[in-house]
Amino acid sequence: MLIDKQVSFPNFQEKQKQHLTNTLRRRLQIGLSIGTSSCCYSFFNHFPPLCNQRFLVMVLENGRLCSSSWVGSITADEFRVATLVFAERWEKCNSSLSQWSWVSPKRLGVAADNVEGYLCLQKMLIPRGAKDSCDEASTDNSKEEPCFDNEDDPVDNATLVQSSDGEAHQYDFHIVYSNSYRVPVLYFRGYCIDGQPLMLDDIEKDLPASSSKMLTESKWTFITQEEHPYLNRPWYTLHPCGTCEWMKLLYANEGPLVKGVLVDQYIVSWFSVVGQVVGLRTPLEMLRS
Amino acid sequence: MERESNKEANQYVWEGAIPLQIHLHQSEVTTLPSPPPALILAPRIGYLPLLVPQVKPFFSSALPPGVDTVWFDYKGLPLKWYIPTGVLFDLLCAEPERPWNLTVHFRGYPSNILTPCENEDSVKWSYINSLKEAAYIFHGNCKNVMNMSQADQVELWQSVMNAGNMEAYLRVSSKLKFGMFGDPFSLSLNSSSSKSRERAERDATGTITSGRIPVRLYVWSIQEDFDNLEDAPSFDSWDKISYINRPAEIDGEGKCFSLGDAIKILLPEIFGDEPSASDDTSKAEVEDNSKLNPEEPSNVEGTTVISESKDAESCNLSKPAEIKLLRIQGIEPKLEIPFTWLANNLMNPDHFLHICVYVKVPEQTAT
Repeated sequence: MLIDKQVSFPNFQEKQKQHLTNTLRRRLQIGLSIGTSSCCYSFFNHFPPLCNQRFLVMVLENGRLCSSSWVGSITADEFRVATLVFAERWEKCNSSLSQWSWVSPKRLGVAADNVEGYLCLQKMLIPRGAKDSCDEASTDNSKEEPCFDNEDDPVDNATLVQSSDGEAHQYDFHIVYSNSYRVPVLYFRGYCIDGQPLMLDDIEKDLPASSSKMLTESKWTFITQEEHPYLNRPWYTLHPCGTCEWMKLLYANEGPLVKGVLVDQYIVSWFSVVGQVVGLRTPLEMLRS
Repeated sequence: MERESNKEANQYVWEGAIPLQIHLHQSEVTTLPSPPPALILAPRIGYLPLLVPQVKPFFSSALPPGVDTVWFDYKGLPLKWYIPTGVLFDLLCAEPERPWNLTVHFRGYPSNILTPCENEDSVKWSYINSLKEAAYIFHGNCKNVMNMSQADQVELWQSVMNAGNMEAYLRVSSKLKFGMFGDPFSLSLNSSSSKSRERAERDATGTITSGRIPVRLYVWSIQEDFDNLEDAPSFDSWDKISYINRPAEIDGEGKCFSLGDAIKILLPEIFGDEPSASDDTSKAEVEDNSKLNPEEPSNVEGTTVISESKDAESCNLSKPAEIKLLRIQGIEPKLEIPFTWLANNLMNPDHFLHICVYVKVPEQTAT
């Protein structure tokens, strides 16, 4: 379950990357909100999204999301649909890793309806010192590798995860819908094998270098501890206030939006960006339906 | 005139305060006799950690040496510092206790329950993030908050922090362009469709008749019945309270949108008795859902994986739930009150309407 070796970095095309960066820069220059734009600008610099020619559209069937008016958000129902797709594709492409499952928490003493809930990935092993291998991967985008190897059976994990102090960290990831921002939000927590929770300092050591850097630069607006909306406990979270904007820019790159479906792609493409923050790579195959 | 009355209500909200009697936790007392409790008037719109500079001098001589990480509890329940003090009081003291007896701790921060609070900066950013969220709900972006000048930011925070200068707060806050929601009471109690067109015209003057209202709900669902608030059971764990962060959508369709309507919409789990149009799709999703869950996540605190949620829903319909208590800014408004009036007048300086609700939910046999 060594994430960085199994899930290779996507075939992110240099040309598109350049185009995206230029778009972002232009928008910055014409004076879009300094806070969020610079935020997503540096976000993309650090965590380039998955891009792909077929990965065109983001239009809802009912036509409510059309290119000019779409603001980068989705509804709770769309979120549910998109998480299902994401989880299925994850299973297909990362069958040797932990799998995502939908959790409908019991709240208010009653069972939640089937829209209410979150997507959950538990006990993901992240080796200590993931930092270096991760950065190597990000510079090597020349070829597309298979996203997992069958030879990585669970028995090998013990050897894979050994590190300087011989200890791997486990992470739980939750993707929760924010009704306020109308976007997915990533919550996570880390703990040692013995269950001892990790403090931000420990987690920082597990994060890719680019994340650590942003953590220092934007202490209050990048990774913070917030109350988990369903679990009533402090979890680490990536602040969602810029998500809409960079999701919109992500698609703005793709030329005229074709009316079609592809709410499906929303979580996949979203996760291709935020997953990198915590060192989880999204294989390119996940963009293919 | 309407503005005047708004201002008056705002003033009451702004000046609201709770007398606190703060005791030092026994385990941290190192002197004899133990220090007397501190009596402090806490602004309702404030946050507990902001009281630390006032509280600390009372106890500093009695404290063991070491680094302080201050937190408060009420009857053993660690208090979430990012919830405004007034809301904590409304939520945790069904029968208002004056002075409110809290315990202060300078050691042993319960970091498994509370998010860390290093200093005033933590509180400030929690407030700013909340304000940003409200702006997002309102405008669809946070630009106004993000683009606030440094001077305005400082002034805003200073005024909120000390519940001091309300004029200063209003001056800076007005730059964030949170509009006033249209108040159906000021037009007519029983508005017809023609009236609604009138109101739409009134829109041009800047009042908002549709949109999303930032709401934070703190819901305690109880199964025991009680007649008097004194008999209400007390909290021993935050797990009993559902914190629901869901904006209320008003459509300005002409009918008066009351607090009761809002609660029904905000709590579909409890009051959602009308079958929704999306039922068909949701059933299909339930099936997908069970497909997706071959391995159940093991023991996430306080949650269960439900694939038979249909059963639970149907049994929900049988017995109605009952609101035992609903409190906003210390008052218990009637359910008929227009929701927009509450939003305009009783919101906190973070532009959220914080609502505390006790709901009696019928016991369920399912799950």
